[in-house]
Amino acid sequence: MTVPEVDDEFDERVAAGLAFLRRRLSGQYQVDEFGFDPELTEQVFQPVLRQLYRRWFRTEVIDVKNLPAEGGALVVGNHSGTVALDALMLSVACHDEHPAHRHLRLLGADFVFRMPFVSELARKSGATLACNPDVERLLHAEELVGVFPEGFKGVGKRFVDRYKLQRFGRGGFVSAALRTGKPIVPVAIVGAEEIYPLLGNIKPLARLIGVPYFPVTPTFPWLGPLGLVPLPSKWLIRFGEPIDTTPYADGADDPAVVFNLADQVRETIQTMLHETLELRPDPFAA
Amino acid sequence: MTAVANGSAADRARAPRVVIVTGVSRFLGATIAARIAADPRVHKVVGVDRVDPPDELAPLLRDVAVRRVDLTGGASSLVKLGAEALVHLAVVSSPDPDAGGRAAMKDQNVIGTLQLLAACQQMPSLRRLVVRSSTAAYGVSFRDPAVFTEDTEPRDAPRGGYGRDILDIESYVRGFRRRRPEVTTTVLRFAPFIGPQADTALLKFLARPAVPTVLGRDPRLQFIHVDDALEILRRSVLEDHQGTFNVAGPGTLTLSQAVRRSGRIALPVLEPAMHAAASFGRGVAGLSLDQVDLFVHGRVVDTAKLVRQYGFTPRTTADAFDDFVRAQKGGAVVTPALVAATEQRLLDMIRSVRDKQGRAGR
Repeated sequence: MTVPEVDDEFDERVAAGLAFLRRRLSGQYQVDEFGFDPELTEQVFQPVLRQLYRRWFRTEVIDVKNLPAEGGALVVGNHSGTVALDALMLSVACHDEHPAHRHLRLLGADFVFRMPFVSELARKSGATLACNPDVERLLHAEELVGVFPEGFKGVGKRFVDRYKLQRFGRGGFVSAALRTGKPIVPVAIVGAEEIYPLLGNIKPLARLIGVPYFPVTPTFPWLGPLGLVPLPSKWLIRFGEPIDTTPYADGADDPAVVFNLADQVRETIQTMLHETLELRPDPFAA
Repeated sequence: MTAVANGSAADRARAPRVVIVTGVSRFLGATIAARIAADPRVHKVVGVDRVDPPDELAPLLRDVAVRRVDLTGGASSLVKLGAEALVHLAVVSSPDPDAGGRAAMKDQNVIGTLQLLAACQQMPSLRRLVVRSSTAAYGVSFRDPAVFTEDTEPRDAPRGGYGRDILDIESYVRGFRRRRPEVTTTVLRFAPFIGPQADTALLKFLARPAVPTVLGRDPRLQFIHVDDALEILRRSVLEDHQGTFNVAGPGTLTLSQAVRRSGRIALPVLEPAMHAAASFGRGVAGLSLDQVDLFVHGRVVDTAKLVRQYGFTPRTTADAFDDFVRAQKGGAVVTPALVAATEQRLLDMIRSVRDKQGRAGR
């Protein structure tokens, strides 16, 4: 197939767009073994998320230099916001704000991969199941892996508990980093707590439709689909200094070492959260 | 029972003199029997199947002593052949409605393997056993890792009959390994076969002009080119490769990508409807629960162990699939040429409109 000749900028853009469609329609693109489709992510998903990131949440990034320019690393953040938009915004931050334009490979709960459409989008955008074999495989492949150890306890916590880190599961993420000898980069995300302030949870309804919780916010479900619009809070994403895990390499199977390191990461993120919150006195500042 | 040839490492690595191949009435079995028979170190190849090979396979089987044995009725007639290696390929991946359907398929897979392994236990000369398995051995679960290594345990049993048969077969082989540890036992977990001549149920399905898919799912698929599968089988018989190995083309294609590459159209169907169609009678439109499982979950395996052990890298899944697409005659709806021509036409159209506007504006 030949690339058609082009004359000027407009023609070039039209030609590039058509070439993109041609590649998509004929299946001539690469997907990695996890199902990550870099072309689709860069050309379709990220431009949409970028609007939310820049215009709606006016996100600012602090100390992005702490993110390694190459090699595997485990990015660990606080989780909040009822819907896991913080994970998506963090992936935009890693790609757009870092000079190496790194793709963040997110980890999701099995519930994400159970749902039709959601599972498809998650895999195509580079996410995979939060399980140690996948994390270690990604880290060995020198990828940047994003994990939120609070899980549903974090996203589904009530508004009164905002910016209070919840318990960190069993610390499986720590043993993956130890086993692969990759650094842990702590991240504090400020802003996601205010997008859907969670007032309550209708548990029977959640059980009925098979989701971890059924949120009640000031706008949802009262305003119907309009209640799905996130509140335009001001976001700050701060990357902490990488924690070298190689000194603990022998302790990957030692629960005490794993637990202590997980606790250290948790404390670091909590401190970073408090400091970053002071930079943003008004949650809805410009 | 004692093993005769349990001597030095060199002796272990020696090519077998007498080889039994089961499943020679089908392409894979007949071809591998012929290739092994062509090796000068092998004196005799006995081909076994429950039906006589079709005429088109006869030229392949000229140097193979074909025997008609229904393994489900016992395989004791094979014990006295003095076989040093046995290749078990009489494992069926989809039911044949003309040959007893699913019940016969299960008999052949499960009972056939059980009987065959019982006979193997009574062969003192046996040094090498090669069994065809499948990547379906990993079962299906939403809590599965994205990529299976050989030591991944299945979390949930598959819904499909073939997947369950494979789990049974592998458990019998594990039992055999315990009872005859001196026999080199090679279990080959093949990804679905693909190639210009392959005509499995899955490939017939993918060759339809409109391919039914599960709405909201885009599974990751892997294939193994038949030629590469044959090479791995040949080496498994002639060389010494103890263990279980994933045999697949590295990399992956998503189902939507495969459908587009072959110029077909995807026809998304709700999963319950797909499930019902597969469960109904013999399965509507050639669908089986094995395929529904695959089309919901997808399946990708790690082939590093195979490459390390055999020193052989199969062609990638994408290359193997393209080889299949090239051999398809007709059936494509959206061809690459059509897409490229449409692209050119659209570009020309836009350019001519802009040229006119430019001239009018001047």
